[in-house]
Amino acid sequence: MRQVAIAGIGKTRFGALEGADIRSLAAEASRKCLENAGVSASQVEAFYLGNFAGPCFVGQNHLAPYIASEVGIVGVPATRFEAACASSGAAFFHAYTAVAAGIYDAVLVTGVEKMTSQPTPKVTEILASAGDLGGEIRAGATFPALFAMIARRHMHEFGTTREQLAAVAVKNHASGALNPDAHLRKKVTIEQALAGKPVADPLTVYDCSLVSDGAAAVLLMPLERARDAASKPVLIRGVAQTSDQVALDRKQSITWFPAVRAAGEKAYKMAGMTPAEVEFAELHDCFTIAEIVAVEDLGFAKKGEGGPYSAAGCTSLTGEKPVNTSGGLKSKGHPVGATGVAQLCDLALQIRGEAGERQVKRNNVGLAQNLGGSGATCVVTIVSGA
Amino acid sequence: MSESLGGGVVYTETVVHSAPEALVAEAPYQIAIVWLDNGGRLTGRIAGEAVKIGDRVEHAEWRGGVAFFRKAS
Repeated sequence: MRQVAIAGIGKTRFGALEGADIRSLAAEASRKCLENAGVSASQVEAFYLGNFAGPCFVGQNHLAPYIASEVGIVGVPATRFEAACASSGAAFFHAYTAVAAGIYDAVLVTGVEKMTSQPTPKVTEILASAGDLGGEIRAGATFPALFAMIARRHMHEFGTTREQLAAVAVKNHASGALNPDAHLRKKVTIEQALAGKPVADPLTVYDCSLVSDGAAAVLLMPLERARDAASKPVLIRGVAQTSDQVALDRKQSITWFPAVRAAGEKAYKMAGMTPAEVEFAELHDCFTIAEIVAVEDLGFAKKGEGGPYSAAGCTSLTGEKPVNTSGGLKSKGHPVGATGVAQLCDLALQIRGEAGERQVKRNNVGLAQNLGGSGATCVVTIVSGA
Repeated sequence: MSESLGGGVVYTETVVHSAPEALVAEAPYQIAIVWLDNGGRLTGRIAGEAVKIGDRVEHAEWRGGVAFFRKAS
């Protein structure tokens, strides 16, 4: 296995981007990424696209060559990966394996979602198709409802509070306010977060990530080739993808995710690292409770202590383990198919020292966790300076 | 589906306010994961009085392939 690095990164702004369609968004992120790496489209040997529901949101299928050709990438394998909100994490994982195995020397991984052209009930319905349609979804569950049920159980078993959930939203909005590419650049107070409109009890709108348009891209190369790229390479130290039951009611427990724990353990083992050695992280805060559970499953806090750990400020920009310095899915935004790769772009910005006002001081080792559905797919990646 | 699922215990629950397109008219409504006495588990709707974790419920009826439960008296 060869060492693999991120040789370039590119992102669009996240938000309700009227006038930008799925192809133009993905092409913009892809071009910026190639430019960042100083690599031309003709040098790309394969195109891996992460996209959850383009066919449902905008009606377009056959998306990978549709986008690749727009960027000038033709004649090479171009394939779409779908794994719910972990779609681009999955695309990244498979691109990594191909480069590590020596099959390709330059793979472009792009994630994209165009969501805001549909009204909220339709978006809710499309997102729900990542759950078990014949079971939980038919019974009336939505994604917020599934995570609300996780939150209720976590509160019941560990005493996690509404205030601790709200603290995650307040923190992520505070960081997102410093991110020029974030969807909702506004600070919120704990009082505002607690008084939000209910979505699925106990979650309010402030506990839920945003419905966004956006795209992100990374270029993967063997480390030795990435050293010649135009930007500072970021080394992939460990990466793992895992899977589990899709339906929440089929899981043994819902206060931790087996797929997340397993992906974390594999990635730590591959990197030869412990959770304590991770200096900062981008975690999949599709809902505030999801960040609290991830903080526990990845070993940053003990089981059941994710709430107090977050409320104490340990995961803030100036805390011992900054989490979601980008603003996370909560404030940066969550164009679902773009999220996994966007997290990696945000880790790279920190490692390169290019994160501006949200730059953390201990910035050499970062971890990204990308979750699909209510824990049926997970991708964990650990990166560092090269 | 017509057979009764019998009784069970609420493992977790939520009241859904923001519903998917097909259920907007019924919101807010409560759903729960029920651990059935027969060993099964499923997500169902709650009819009548709201329930919380640990409450005993009885299967009341099937509606459109969805199990509706009622708080046990």
